[in-house]
Formats: sequence, structure tokens, C-alpha cells
Amino acid sequence: MTKFTDGEWHRLHPLTPLLKGGIAFVAIIAFIVVNLRDILIESFLGDGRGRDEEPLLWLADHGFIGIAVLAVLGILIIFVVGFYLSWRMHTFRITDEVVEVRSGILFRTHRKARLDRIQGINIARPFLPRLFGAAKLEVNVAGQDANVQLEYLASAAADELRREILRLASGTQAAAAEPVLDATGTLIEKRVAEFIGPELDPTIALVEPQSIVKLNTGRLLGSLLLSGFTIFLIALVVGVAVGVTITGSLGFLIPVIFGIIGTFRYYVTRFTKSLRYSIAGTPDGVRVGFGLLSTSNETLPPGRIHSVQVSQPIMWRITGWWEIKVNRASTSSATGAAGQANTTILPVGNITDVRNVLALVLPGVDADLLAAALVSKGGDDGFINSPPRARVLRWFSWRRNGFALTSSAVLLRKGQIWRELVIVPQARLQSVAIHQGPLLRSLRLAALRFHTVAGPITPTIGAVDASIATELFLNTADGAIQSSSSDTSHRWRSGEALA
Amino acid sequence: MTERLELPVAEWHRVSPKYVVVDVVGYIIFAAMILIPASLASYWIGFAWMWAATAALGLIFLLIIVFTPGRVRSIGYALRDDDLLFRRGILFQRFVAIPYGRMQLVDINRGPLARALGLSELKFVTAAAASGVTIPGLPAQDAEELRDTLVTLAESRRAGL
Repeated sequence: MTKFTDGEWHRLHPLTPLLKGGIAFVAIIAFIVVNLRDILIESFLGDGRGRDEEPLLWLADHGFIGIAVLAVLGILIIFVVGFYLSWRMHTFRITDEVVEVRSGILFRTHRKARLDRIQGINIARPFLPRLFGAAKLEVNVAGQDANVQLEYLASAAADELRREILRLASGTQAAAAEPVLDATGTLIEKRVAEFIGPELDPTIALVEPQSIVKLNTGRLLGSLLLSGFTIFLIALVVGVAVGVTITGSLGFLIPVIFGIIGTFRYYVTRFTKSLRYSIAGTPDGVRVGFGLLSTSNETLPPGRIHSVQVSQPIMWRITGWWEIKVNRASTSSATGAAGQANTTILPVGNITDVRNVLALVLPGVDADLLAAALVSKGGDDGFINSPPRARVLRWFSWRRNGFALTSSAVLLRKGQIWRELVIVPQARLQSVAIHQGPLLRSLRLAALRFHTVAGPITPTIGAVDASIATELFLNTADGAIQSSSSDTSHRWRSGEALA
Repeated sequence: MTERLELPVAEWHRVSPKYVVVDVVGYIIFAAMILIPASLASYWIGFAWMWAATAALGLIFLLIIVFTPGRVRSIGYALRDDDLLFRRGILFQRFVAIPYGRMQLVDINRGPLARALGLSELKFVTAAAASGVTIPGLPAQDAEELRDTLVTLAESRRAGL
């Protein structure tokens, strides 16, 4: 039984009000103080010119200074009392079944999240709270705006809380890990240690210490320069150059300059967001972290990934890079690597990285088969591909436009120019549909659509031989039922023995 | 024309033929809402191409209405051991399989005309928005029985997300 799992109500970090909005408040006070200093200087050295333009001096000259001071003090007291009350009334507790949060002074909110419904846990450390050793913990459950947020907690407390929530949610019978002793040393030393430490979780670090993907700076820069956005930029520059040459007017350049400043910002944000990217397996799921100044670290327990897409933007073909996205049932308030939605779990990686990440997120699927499927030109490669008559519809990709059905997942492979592989775990499949319009019918083809929770991926496969498609439809429908009935991932470690 | 998609299902439950009336009336109202303003505008402005466009639209609506009985006949569903199969469409065929355990809720909707004819519409919602299965034109009694059966089945086979 550790500090947080005793079933009692706990409070957040005492600096929470300051970190959540108090910074602006401090700034206002600083502004007033600076003005007061001006009054002092003015009253000793001033010559009386411009006094009416200083609001505070104007107040002093007209005898309102007493009222003004009282008003400021009153507002200050209301703010401080309000912040204090909202902190006092914001409490949370963790039991064996639920996470609960109560908050609000006048309008009370009470939110409960069932532990077996947790879709992910995210610990974010924005730059400023990070300086104070505070972190934000977010428990994601399925649905819009359905997350339980605890902001802010002390960094070490956030890590402990995440470990405890995951332990309780996993259904394991193993005893709670002993609380790790705090780093010794002065306050400053602790802060520095926390700040430098990549992931504050020594117990987890023992199990899987290393990130399985090393994202070096060169590759990150390269991936940004070879993105679709760059193509757009080049097109824009060429367009403007042509415009200027034809019209001879330099008026075109003004929006372009602003555009370039914006572009620079875009690259810098994506770059800093992806720095220190890491992905590692833990007993409680995949952990993805990133960020240089503001960091974010998200844990996705097993069975929370509804589909996976490996894709290759056209320019990345030169360097052999891929990116991996996932569909998940929850939406997190934090943005993911590269400032994209947090559905991107590998912003850029080579084929080895892809294989490692796939092995991690889809343990039941043969990662070598997947990696081979990605680059295969088609033919007899373990996939059932489109027949030659599909050439009319899939000019370049008909050879490799196909699917494979394994015991646990459906694999869909598409595209010769924009290469793509989508994997849908059968245990997560919501329903499956088969379509055929007049054009497909005349070619004896059909299209299939696999329905999963909403996200960046829409798993579909077109131009499949009609009878094979029907067979796949029936097999997937059966497979989905079998997989989901034998699926225990809502309590992913319930099979573990008593430790 | 090559053969249509077909699934090895012994018997498809079909929807009530009365649903044709609901569908046809719906299309007539929709067509009127488009064609009457379009005709008025053509009359006032008087361009020949506007009349042609209106006439073309009218022809499309006429075709849709003429084929309605066939389209309604094509709607079907089958209850298998662990999932519900749904089909619709002649020209554009669509089959969907939804495992009972995946149903999050089952809705019954009744429009004014359908209610007058004693029909209900059953709508299934899963965690995926794209599943979108709606069985229209079920006799009210059948719809309620079917809903109760499905809710019981969903309960006994409940799986997470």
C-alpha cells in the first residue's frame, strides 16, 4: 500500500494555482510595482511634465490613491483566497476500481473513471512547471473530453501515481513496488536531477531501460526538409518568382516574407517537439516520450491500439524512412511527437526501427512479415494481391494492393508510389463491410472496409477479387468475434501469479 | 452484367413492403423542394439551359422513385450466432457484419409517416462511426422484439472497446 492507493482523498501540488494561471497574476503585480517605482522617482526628480499620462500618478494627484490601494488589496485577497479554496477543494483518490477527481468551489464536479477502461496515461511536463518540479498527469478514457486530469503534481508523485494506477488497472496480483527513495541532496540538486533525467521511473527503467529507436538530429532535420510541406514551399517560391518576373512588381514579396517567418516557426516547433523522442516497452504497455523543454510521456497499455498505419511520404523513399500512426479510442490534450496529433507514435524511422516498433505495439503479429510486406513489389509474398484485371483501377499498385489475414490481425497493403500498410488487430475490430458498385462489379472486384474507432486511419482495401473479398469478409467477421471473446487486455496482467 | 455479391446465408429477413410508401413520399417531398423553386427561377429568368437542368434533375428523381421498390426489397438482415449481418443496395451493394458484443446501443426511431403505417427504424451504434447500420421499415412490434433480443445478445457477449 503506497501513499496514493490508500483509498483516501489527496490534494494536488501546492503550487498548482500559481502554475495554472497565477503567472499572469504575478505579472500584473510586477507591473504595478514597476509603476510605483516610477512614482517615487518622479516625486523626487520629476518636473511635473507628463504626469497626467501616468495612470498611477494621476490617481495620486487627484487624491484617489487610498481608494486605489484598497481596491488592489481587495482584488488581491479575493484572488489569493479563491486560489487557495480551489486548491483545497480539488482532490483525487484512487481505489481498486476507479480514479476519482472532485473539483470546483461553487460548481462542484465529480468525475470517476473506471480503471479497466483506461486507454492511456500521459505525464506532461510543460517548461515552467517543470522548473518547479511539477508535472501534469492525464488519465485517458474513451470519448471526447472524457479524460481525468491531475494538474499539477510533484514530479516524483506523478510517476508513482502512474505506476500505481497502471498496477491496479492491469489486474496483476503482484504486490506494489516499494516506493523509491527520493534522490538525496538539496532542493536545487533534486530539481536538476529531475530535469536532466530522461524518464523518472527507476523501477521501470530496470525492466526496459532503452528506447528501441534512436532518433538522431540529422534524420529529424532530413525528415522535415523532405516533408510534403517543403514541396508546397518550393512550389510557392517558384510561383512567386514567376509572378515577380512577369509583372516586375515586388508587391508579391511582402506576403512571402511573412510566409517564410511562419514556415521557420513551423519547422522549429516540429523540430524541438521531436527532440529526445523515445519509445520503449514496459510491462504495462508502450511508452512514448518526447520534447526538449516541455516534455510529454505517454503510456498505452496493451490492447489500446485500434489500428496501426505504416506509411511513406513520397520524398522519404529516397532515404527509406517511414512513419507510424495509430488509431486510439481516447483523445489526449497533449500533442504528440513533431507537434502532430498524438496518434503519431514514430515520427520518422528506417525499416529496422519500423520493425522494432511494430513488434512492440503488435506483439501477436510477425514483425518480419510486416517489414517484408512494406517494401515488397508484390507477387507471391504471403499477401493475397489484386488480380491483373484490377490494373484499370490501380495503375501502378495492383501487384502489391492486397491483404493478409493472420490469427490476430488483418493486414492491408496499398500503394506503389505512396506506400502504406495498415494493420487492424481483430480483437479491436468494431464491424466489417464489403461494397460493390457497378464499376467494380463489371470487373468482378469488390472493396472492403474495416470499421475501427475514429482516428487518422481509415482501414480500407479496394479492387480485391469479388469471391476472395467475400471470403475475407466472412473470415474477418468470424475472426473478430473469436479474438474479442478471448481477449483479456482490459485487465492485461490478470494472468500473472502472486508475487 | 456479371453476378452480384452474395453471402452464404440461408434466409434474409426482409423489411416491410409498406416502407416503399415512406421512401417514395420522402423522395417526392425532397424533389418538390428542389424542383418547384428551380422551375420558378427558370420561368422568371427564362434561359433554356435552366429548363434543361431542371428537367434533368426531375428525370433523376423519377428514376430514383421508380427503382425504390427494388431498393427496399434489397434491404435485409440476418441474425447469426455471434453477429448481425446487414445488406442493402442493388447497383451499389453493401454488406456489414457487426458482432453483437460490439453494439454500444440500439435506437428505435419513428418518423410521422412511418408511424402512421406502423413502422419503426432500428439503428445500431458501435464505437466506430463508420459502422452506420440502420434497418428501416420494420413493423413496430418486430422492431421492439428485435431490439430486446439484440440488447440481450450484446449483454451476454459484451467485450470492451
